[in-house]
Amino acid sequence: MANVRFTSDHEWVRIEGDIGVVGITEYAQEQLGDIVFVELPEVGAQLEKGAEAAVIESVKAASEINAPVSGEVVAVNEGLADDPGKVNADAMGEGWFFKVRLADPQELEDLMKPAAYKELVAGLK
Amino acid sequence: MRYLPLTDDDRRRMLDTIGVHSVEELFRDVPDAAMLAEPVALPRHQGEIEVERAFRDFAAANLSPSSAPSFLGGGVYRHHLPATVDHLIQRGEFLTAYTPYQPEVSQGTLQSLFEFQTQVALLTGMEVANASMYDGATACAEAVKMAARIKKRDRVVISGGLHPHYREVTATYNRFVGLRDAALPPDWRGGEDAAAAIDAKTACVVVQNPDFFGRVHDYSGLASACHAAGALLVVVVTEVISLGLLKSPGEIGADIVAGDGQSIGNALSFGGPTVGILATREKFIRQLPGRLAGQTVDVDGRRGFVLTLSTREQHIRRDKATSNICTNSGLCALAFSIHLTLLGEAGFTRLAELNHAKAVELADRLETIEGVEVLNDSFFNEFTVRLPRSAADAVEAMAKQGVLGGVPVSRLYPGESELEPLLLVAATETNTDQDIDALAMALRGALQ
Amino acid sequence: MSDPRATTTGNRGLQIEEPLIFEQGSPDKTAVDLPEPPSTKDRLGGVRRSGPIGLPGLSEPEVVRHYLRLSQKNFSIDHGFYPLGSCTMKHNPRLNEKLARLPGIGDLHPLQPTATVQGALALIDACAHWLKALTGMPAVAMSPAAGAHGESVGLMTIRAALEDRGDARKRVLVPDSAHGTNPATAHACGYAVEGIPADDRGRVDLAAFREKLDADVAAIMLTNPNTCGLFENDILDIAAAVHDAGAFFYCDGANLNAIVGRVRPGDLGVDCMHINLHKTFSTPHGGGGPGSGPVVLSEALAPYAPVPYVVQGPDGFELIEDPARSDAKPFGRIKGFHGQFGMFVRALGYMMSMGSDGLRQVSGDAVLNANYLLACLRDTVTLAFEGPCMHEVLFDEGFLKETGVTTLDFAKALIDEGFHPMTVYFPLVVHGAMLVEPTETETKATLDTFVETMKALTARARAGDVEYFQEAPRLTPRRRLDETMAARNPILRWRPPAVDKAAE
Repeated sequence: MANVRFTSDHEWVRIEGDIGVVGITEYAQEQLGDIVFVELPEVGAQLEKGAEAAVIESVKAASEINAPVSGEVVAVNEGLADDPGKVNADAMGEGWFFKVRLADPQELEDLMKPAAYKELVAGLK
Repeated sequence: MRYLPLTDDDRRRMLDTIGVHSVEELFRDVPDAAMLAEPVALPRHQGEIEVERAFRDFAAANLSPSSAPSFLGGGVYRHHLPATVDHLIQRGEFLTAYTPYQPEVSQGTLQSLFEFQTQVALLTGMEVANASMYDGATACAEAVKMAARIKKRDRVVISGGLHPHYREVTATYNRFVGLRDAALPPDWRGGEDAAAAIDAKTACVVVQNPDFFGRVHDYSGLASACHAAGALLVVVVTEVISLGLLKSPGEIGADIVAGDGQSIGNALSFGGPTVGILATREKFIRQLPGRLAGQTVDVDGRRGFVLTLSTREQHIRRDKATSNICTNSGLCALAFSIHLTLLGEAGFTRLAELNHAKAVELADRLETIEGVEVLNDSFFNEFTVRLPRSAADAVEAMAKQGVLGGVPVSRLYPGESELEPLLLVAATETNTDQDIDALAMALRGALQ
Repeated sequence: MSDPRATTTGNRGLQIEEPLIFEQGSPDKTAVDLPEPPSTKDRLGGVRRSGPIGLPGLSEPEVVRHYLRLSQKNFSIDHGFYPLGSCTMKHNPRLNEKLARLPGIGDLHPLQPTATVQGALALIDACAHWLKALTGMPAVAMSPAAGAHGESVGLMTIRAALEDRGDARKRVLVPDSAHGTNPATAHACGYAVEGIPADDRGRVDLAAFREKLDADVAAIMLTNPNTCGLFENDILDIAAAVHDAGAFFYCDGANLNAIVGRVRPGDLGVDCMHINLHKTFSTPHGGGGPGSGPVVLSEALAPYAPVPYVVQGPDGFELIEDPARSDAKPFGRIKGFHGQFGMFVRALGYMMSMGSDGLRQVSGDAVLNANYLLACLRDTVTLAFEGPCMHEVLFDEGFLKETGVTTLDFAKALIDEGFHPMTVYFPLVVHGAMLVEPTETETKATLDTFVETMKALTARARAGDVEYFQEAPRLTPRRRLDETMAARNPILRWRPPAVDKAAE
């Protein structure tokens, strides 16, 4: 878990070399309930940190997922189209959203480390 | 006051429970300056007898198409409504329910909407349809916005065969959302080449079938041209009965079908309310505005229906919604569905045949009148004739004879001199041979 | 199966299971006998359909039973108490249905020569007159098809007026408590939407509002009475501030029922307001429409109203359909033909029946009923904001805390008691909202029964009977439906079984 960073909007980024894998946290999926649809960015899209990158829908709500880091989208999780329930079943693994080539690794410094995020969530419950 | 059940005694006891002396005290948050001391200066309450009398007076000042030979079309058509339709839609359980937010006590509305969506999909040859829109013109405007979202392009080619009201409504909507219209001139002669107007920014081409002037088209070539250019084809249908005889828009290659379903199940009602229809291909459902009923199961495993994919809608997405539409045309959609169920495949097909045959008879008859020229090489139940004088004047003259002889094209396309002699004439199953005689006679008279 | 209520058919007395129309009948059957078409030459231009459409064929008795059985699976105002906050589910008088079907009214064609529809134009004019008089506004655009459509027209009118004075602006302010249609409308009219928080009294936070108000704001969209059922008591200050900033005041008229006949929006500084005829003026909701949403306009906005509109000329009423013939500056057209005429008939029938005295009584009784519920329930259910309320009262889920019962569960339990639930989870400014709008057409006895039921259910929740609520409703044609399944794998139409197989 050492190479994972979190945002206060309950997204995670796992760093794999110059690639960041992005998804939503366990806490976020619990709050949203059954996920029914995930709208992902297109491969090749240039994401800017903080701008809308994806939309996640449950039966009763839709939430925008903002890019936690800037960069080019190099892959998206095609499997979510057929089975958005993966986000509920395995938010931190099979339920990943997209991979981005990090434009500025310095941006990772602004994100939370696991311990800090754990503390944030503890405070919310 | 017959609609208000509280008695003065009830009111007094309720005020006591609340702990105030008067209803006025409950309005204390309203600034004093804005409180009216007296009722608004309007007539006082009246009983059914007086109100009904007033409305009979309104009615008496109109010429009713039910009591006159009538050949009016132009987007709204007079058809026979089976007695069963009106009886069923007036059942309080349908009439006085609201949007089915609580599916456990709304299965009637939800199942009927699911059936409506299926019927519309079948008629239009599309994969899915929504639970209705306000009317055909607004459905057309929403179809265009939808195409622009799908294609992420901002230019729209509008055929000169599209109903002028649909053109105007679409142009109005487009202006506010920043889409550019390429509106082709009124295509009264036929032969428009909409494909030539497509460019790399074109999100969609909007055509109508039969078009506003009554011509029937096979748009499959245009559909191919659209798709080759990465654009969508939107086909508008204003006379849904035509779908009983004509190739469906889906078969022709349409990507979105917008139209008005008034002809099935709904009275003329001076043009509103009617029922807008919007249908498309399955891959576009997340961009489809409006309500959708979907099938599911309840906790006991029994089939049931719910409103679904509501995250596209305004109450959830707010400013990111596909549209602000909320209320649609529920009861008109139910009337449509009941009427089409009564007709069935056999009845609907025959109704379409009957409409076409009546129109052919009418065209044959009008062609015998000197100076009258039928412009259409093809039509379903409506066509355009050119008169040797202003069509509007001819219509006024015929109305004085008690004949509603058609719609002057200039009513919808004012100020274009070459359109002034054009008259749009429609025939339906409601027209008798005597009606056709009366029209022929009145038109002859009007041309003398 | 030991369930003593289980039946062989799945029917339960008056609740009869009903298959889809597509699962019944046969294609050759019809319930409409039409004459044989005369044999004529085909002039379809070679675009004739070749295959069947796939519609089912049923006889008239089968069709009648189908829809009657479906109808019996719906709750409606005609059944009972329907306190759906913000929706104004009041009695729908049947006289109005009769009027809308009179020959010479229901059967008019919109493109008849205007000389042959003078009665219809007079009727539209009369309906417009009542709406203008009741709202204290000088003009009204009659053509919008529903409330949300009226909102669009309102904002388009505002934008047209601003652009005409060369003052394009970019933002619209919308309180967080607003209906979802408000931000959706503003966005669809090309504006950026900015939220205004509510204060702890459930009203617009005046300080936050003033901070956001500047020369780039085109309009504020405010519902008054607001969606918390409260009158915005700073409304005159808000209106003045909006006008000082050169912006317009759009009022969402969804809650006009609370003030009709007593307060005129025109006296509150409103520039523009849509009126849901299917709320305040009793036209039927019809399972989700058709509605009608005329928009009343101030002097400043009136010239920009869309076509068509009715004017009185030397030879009677005229219908201005062509912007070029207009002596004003209409921004365009937003609907086919002349608006929801059938709804004007019903609304006018209602207004004439109630009269100015009756309409004043309407708002009085609506507000009285809501405050009576507030008073009877305030010690049981958590009141979101202190009253008096207007025509609806807002509760939140506080009273269910620690019980394990949610607002939704509680609402479902009300269904088994024969009530339609209140509006739940709206407005978003409180947790687990329950918005109760009794309307003026309920008896005291109905309200008392509702109060007793709310108290009994609350006691049951507090006694720890969570399962009762989670399993509710039990007595309905269908129990809770799987909405996740519906959304994950949308089935939006029936398909013939064979096609289903081929698709797999």
